[in-house]
Amino acid sequence: VTEQHRSVAGKPATSRTAIPPGTRDVLPEEMRELRAIGDRMRACFERAGYGEVHTPALEYEDVLRRGEERAAGARYRTFDESGAVLALRSDMTIPIARVVATRYADAEPPLRFSYLARAWRATDRGVGEPREFLQGGLELIGVPGAEGEAEVVAIAIAALDEAGLRRHRVGVGDGALYRSLLSSFGVPEEAHVPMLESLSRRDLVGLEGQVDALGLAKAERDLLVGLPQLRGGREVLDRGETAGLDGLRALHDLLADRGFADRVIFDLGLVRELGYYTGSVFEVYDPAVGFTLGGGGRYDELIGRFGRDLPACGLALDVQRVHLAQAAEEALG
Amino acid sequence: MSDPLTIAVPRGALFGGTLDLLDGLGIDTTEVRSNDRKLLFADVGIVTMRPSDVPTYVEHGSADIGITGKDVLLEQSSRKVYELLDLGYGRCEMVVAAPDRGDPIADALRRLGRVRIATKYPRVAAEHFAETGRQAEIVEVKGSVELAPLTGLVDGIVDLTASGKTLAENNLRVMEQIATSTARLIANPVAHKLKAEQIDSILERLRA
Repeated sequence: VTEQHRSVAGKPATSRTAIPPGTRDVLPEEMRELRAIGDRMRACFERAGYGEVHTPALEYEDVLRRGEERAAGARYRTFDESGAVLALRSDMTIPIARVVATRYADAEPPLRFSYLARAWRATDRGVGEPREFLQGGLELIGVPGAEGEAEVVAIAIAALDEAGLRRHRVGVGDGALYRSLLSSFGVPEEAHVPMLESLSRRDLVGLEGQVDALGLAKAERDLLVGLPQLRGGREVLDRGETAGLDGLRALHDLLADRGFADRVIFDLGLVRELGYYTGSVFEVYDPAVGFTLGGGGRYDELIGRFGRDLPACGLALDVQRVHLAQAAEEALG
Repeated sequence: MSDPLTIAVPRGALFGGTLDLLDGLGIDTTEVRSNDRKLLFADVGIVTMRPSDVPTYVEHGSADIGITGKDVLLEQSSRKVYELLDLGYGRCEMVVAAPDRGDPIADALRRLGRVRIATKYPRVAAEHFAETGRQAEIVEVKGSVELAPLTGLVDGIVDLTASGKTLAENNLRVMEQIATSTARLIANPVAHKLKAEQIDSILERLRA
């Protein structure tokens, strides 16, 4: 290995035997368990009427960007023979939106699709975090509002039950809530982005400083500072005292009908990083592990960008993280 | 759900203030104070570690909440932890400092087009110089940063100072303020939801 091939840590960045950081080989014992989890999730999706689809790992980068400005974080690019830029997909939601608008251009909604597929994302830190991951997920197209969201959340909970988890919960919030509050209080547009960034990192100290700098009336100030700390059961939706919680209330009632009310945590500060979400957002937790197992939300404008205007929502689970949570639950007994 | 919280406590400059704070919450810190070799105090849910490790344990969920300096959080800004509260103590400044003769940083930039900066905070330093439109070569050191400009390794340093005494004793002068750091309460994102009641009860008492 010549000097120029060395990475900063002093180890060879490439050698004849290395694999890129964030990727991994899976050997039979682990593979059997991952396969079992994936199969059970897939069976659950199929039974609920979500047909499995597969799309190319490589897409035209322009097409992914049409779905989301930053192509949802698709950062591994290559070129084809004609010089077109191809990118490894970073999720399955954008490709499925493309499939719906092109291959199901005239089909009567609702449409239900599931997938068990790999996706790739660059990592900021490069240590430990995977760049390649296996997602099991579902997309419900053409069912607006709480009805569609309740179906997706309920199936995700059931799929994790079948995969062997016992204590998982789903956090539910409204990704548009904070922004619409800021607008309704007359906060200038240019102040929104830094505040939403603080919110998405839950830098509540920074956010409080930004809110104080706006010089709002006390009630408005307290709401903007307090809202990201409101999380819990149904009672949270009454304590919020804001307009715009009707959707979450309806979602709660529908999930209660399905017997899942106690599996859901309402979290009024929840926002997801991806830019295509337009309303409710979801995150999946298990008390045995400190990371989220997956997430999703409502994306009513995404499919329209590919040419067919349909409301939709979906949720994806990281199969390897589900496996880690399952092992951690077992260890706790 | 009513499992007790595990709290990551920083040893070092924030240790005393943090233990006083925990005493105020009714957590018995007697054993933590009396035993500086032991790291894990399971009875009271305390794990002790160096401040820069606190975000690591909290991000992973090995600790539900933790206390560390804003300086550490700035340097490790990609960690997925929630910053819940400014605890106010442990106040110090993140500064650019240089030998107290003229302006070595401006001189280096004018004559050489770049400045060399030693620091334990390479990310904060790089961002500060990039944001202010100056080219900087960042030299990461582990020990006493003040030594680096005295030996000619660098033109200036980015470091934390409380009283400015160490800087003055080494003939260094504060040139620029970057940020003010105080102790912060941070939480694991999943614990923040699943142990909301315990965390909120601590927050309420800390705010009171």
